[in-house]
Amino acid sequence: MQPIRALIVDDSSVMRKIVERALRQAGLELGTLHEAANGIEGLELLKSEKVDLIVSDINMPSMDGLEFLRRLRAEKLAAGVPVVMITTESSEEHVRQAIQAGAQGYIRKPFTAEQVKERILPLVGAF
Amino acid sequence: MDQGMDLKPSTLNLRPEAGVQELFSSNPAARHGCGMMKGQLIMTVSKVSLRESVARVADPRQLDVSVQEVFETMLDWPCRRGPVPSQDGGLTPSKSVTAVVGFGGLLSGACIFRVSATAALKMAARLTGAEIADVDATVQDAIGEICNMLAGSWKSRFPELGVQCGLSVPAVIAGSDYKLRIQSPKFELRHAYIAGDTGFEVTIVCDSLQ
Repeated sequence: MQPIRALIVDDSSVMRKIVERALRQAGLELGTLHEAANGIEGLELLKSEKVDLIVSDINMPSMDGLEFLRRLRAEKLAAGVPVVMITTESSEEHVRQAIQAGAQGYIRKPFTAEQVKERILPLVGAF
Repeated sequence: MDQGMDLKPSTLNLRPEAGVQELFSSNPAARHGCGMMKGQLIMTVSKVSLRESVARVADPRQLDVSVQEVFETMLDWPCRRGPVPSQDGGLTPSKSVTAVVGFGGLLSGACIFRVSATAALKMAARLTGAEIADVDATVQDAIGEICNMLAGSWKSRFPELGVQCGLSVPAVIAGSDYKLRIQSPKFELRHAYIAGDTGFEVTIVCDSLQ
């Protein structure tokens, strides 16, 4: 399997590193790894870069994860690329909004590497 | 600890064809007023009030469960309620780090996470897997993220809050001469915890409940 090109969107650089580490611990072979601190940066990056997986927080300044996801789909950027939300927001309504916006996975913080493995690897055909 | 509480963080894979009952089967406590039929989302938003639920929201066990969940899952560091040790990880040293995540909406208030500079370095090292010498931007970011997860975990104990109670992004203060003043909260939970030899303090303040 080819290494996965991933984009991690989170306003916390520490959390971006934690997510990266969890993806690697889950057995995912990461190729190019892109990072963005909010939805605006994420959208801008996806205009020029191709990725195989997007992992995004919800609560972020400037543009939150749900709006990022809506615009991603509206602008047909990264079409067909699975998006997984990793967030402290765990309410039923947040999950519904994420589904409606086009998310394929939802993981609540705090999370374990095992949960990342179970929920993300199948989406990129690595499980 | 409240043995009846589900401590497992919820994780879901979302498929358009999956029904709501399946999507939320891991968290039945969060199920209320929603349904999905033939791909169409139907949501019933009922008027929610927490005014009658102050005792439940102010239950100190809810905070304990949240703190233990975050520390055990993300830092691999079991913790318990207890007096903050006076040395090393205690809060008496002059330098400390305080993170604040605000609640807004149905419940208004904040989650406040306070640690000594020494404790902040240890926690950041456990969270990031890297030793850090000073309370720099990475350490402050790490303490802010822990506070964010504490606030989110605590809020998730009350499914009726849902999207009607938002979380702010964390604000972090590091220094040696500051005071955080909270004006007449409706209720306040201020707990000290110990993880290993390191102490820290978590406070939930509520200004108003609608």
